[in-house]
Amino acid sequence: MTPFAFDRAGDLPAALRAGGAPGARFLAGGTNLVDLMKYGVEAPRRLVDLGPLDGLRRVEETPDGGLRIGALVTNADCAAHPLVMERAPLLASAILHGATPQLRNMATTGGNLLQRTRCYYFYDTATACNKRAPGTGCPAREGVNRIHAILGHSEHCIATHPSDMCVALAALEAVVEVEGPGGARRIPMADFHRLPDDAPERDTTLAHGEVITAVAIPPDRFGSHHTYLKLRDRLSYAFALVSVAVGVGMEGTAIREARIALGGVAHKPWRREEAEAAMRGLAPEAAGERAAAILLEGARGFSHNAFKIELARRAIGRAVRQAASGTPQHHANKVIL
Amino acid sequence: MPDATPPAEPALALPPPLTLALTVNGARHAVEIRPWTTLLDLLRDRLHLTGTKKGCDQGQCGACTVILDGKRVNACLVLAATRPGSEVRTVEGLEGPDGALHPLQAAFIEHDAFQCGYCTPGQLCSGVALIGEGHAGSAEEIREWMSGNICRCGAYPHIVEAIREVAGR
Ligand SMILES: Cc1cc2nc3c(=O)[nH]c(=O)nc-3n(C[C@H](O)[C@H](O)[C@H](O)COP(=O)(O)OP(=O)(O)OC[C@H]3O[C@@H](n4cnc5c(N)ncnc54)[C@H](O)[C@@H]3O)c2cc1C
Ligand code: SF4
Ligand code: FES
Ligand code: FES
Repeated sequence: MTPFAFDRAGDLPAALRAGGAPGARFLAGGTNLVDLMKYGVEAPRRLVDLGPLDGLRRVEETPDGGLRIGALVTNADCAAHPLVMERAPLLASAILHGATPQLRNMATTGGNLLQRTRCYYFYDTATACNKRAPGTGCPAREGVNRIHAILGHSEHCIATHPSDMCVALAALEAVVEVEGPGGARRIPMADFHRLPDDAPERDTTLAHGEVITAVAIPPDRFGSHHTYLKLRDRLSYAFALVSVAVGVGMEGTAIREARIALGGVAHKPWRREEAEAAMRGLAPEAAGERAAAILLEGARGFSHNAFKIELARRAIGRAVRQAASGTPQHHANKVIL
Repeated sequence: MPDATPPAEPALALPPPLTLALTVNGARHAVEIRPWTTLLDLLRDRLHLTGTKKGCDQGQCGACTVILDGKRVNACLVLAATRPGSEVRTVEGLEGPDGALHPLQAAFIEHDAFQCGYCTPGQLCSGVALIGEGHAGSAEEIREWMSGNICRCGAYPHIVEAIREVAGR
């Protein structure tokens, strides 16, 4: 690791002051940043440890019946919190499908949102990569790209966002709450992560020096009619090749309303309101087909990942059926109904 | 090793060492560390508790699993400076006050739950924490909740049996 200066933030204003300095970075669980610093991919001049900010470690109810999850709540504590299990079981399930118990004990809500891609070339400082070193090129396009994007990619970058949690947050229409030198902001999930376009070095719309304080989740509308279906190269402890987060409201055997987001396929959780609108009034089978057709419009694969297009189509069908029948995928029982 | 990491740019002044107080297996320590010292390197290189192993040093294998303030974590990704006043339990601290093996350690021997033994300290810390978490109800559940501990020798079936036996008591 390149040596760096270290601060433990006393309170939020102090954290904002220290974190605003050029080359400074915030540290939460460290499971992504410390890893990338060991690889030499990241080399901050100063780390500002958010650990002491206990006020960011709470899960609370909001007046409208939704939830606010503090940025420092660990992924393990979030998934096990009674309020989250009751009102956002889709979020709990997505979290439990990611990483390992040890990592989830360290990983935080804020850090998970800001984790970086697992693209092999991004991690390998001996290669070119537009995300790590803008302007050097994107070897993944012609190289090993099994884990890369099929949607929303650009000629400059075809990386995916690797988070499971964020796919559920997108389907739940969560809002990221932020404090910065310029005051507080609320960023809807749909606007938080970016597509690569011609600036793949920027993953999100967060500005330097801004701190994520919490994620707000609207009141639950789906009850047990949700699922997080994650398909990967091993049964556990692997990033998603394709994942689907879906929640539906049912009227008899037809879908009254739906929210659906895909993971593992793009630079951000992939959601299209047109797909959700098209599912209304349909039986699950037909709704899944319509949603897949719209969500995968324009999908284009590369030498090693074109299989994801068909995999995603089928995963969407399965997931919509699971959600409609109120039988969410279990993270430990690997049988896919 | 990280304590000896040279600066990438000679111009960059090294930040001063900081003093960290923490408790490891019931014993209190105050150690001078650098901000980039991981908990794993602190345990192994400074406190000479070499039971905790370094496998990947990147959060991927679980060999470095310790119990930090009651939670199992990968010590290779924890910067020690972020945890002043913490309590750490390592494989050296699993035995009882009388020196008797922890029931899970005894079960690992009984069930032949290791071959080379390199992953074993991490498996033991992870397994002890897992039993406390209450996620060891079935073989399926144990496999999922032990997924963060890789065993290159493939002792998995015996590890699951050992944990099942102790969790079921
Ligand atoms: C081996 C391995 C396997 C994994 N598998 C999965 C998986 O299957 N699915 C999955 O979803 N994830 C997986 N992960 C990723 C893991 O979920 C993330 O590393 C973790 O969520 C990051 O959170 P953290 O608190 O540790 O972040 P840190 O590493 O502390 O920080 C990450 C980034 O966020 C910034 N940051 C953190 N908190 C804030 C804040 N409050 N405000 C502003 N900036 C902030 C930091 O500056 C840094 O840039 C895996 C990780 C590893 C190492
Ligand atoms: S896909 Fe993106 S992250 Fe990967 S090499 Fe190309 S530019 Fe870099
Ligand atoms: S050494 Fe820490 S997880 Fe491998
Ligand atoms: S016993 Fe050899 S790695 Fe597990």
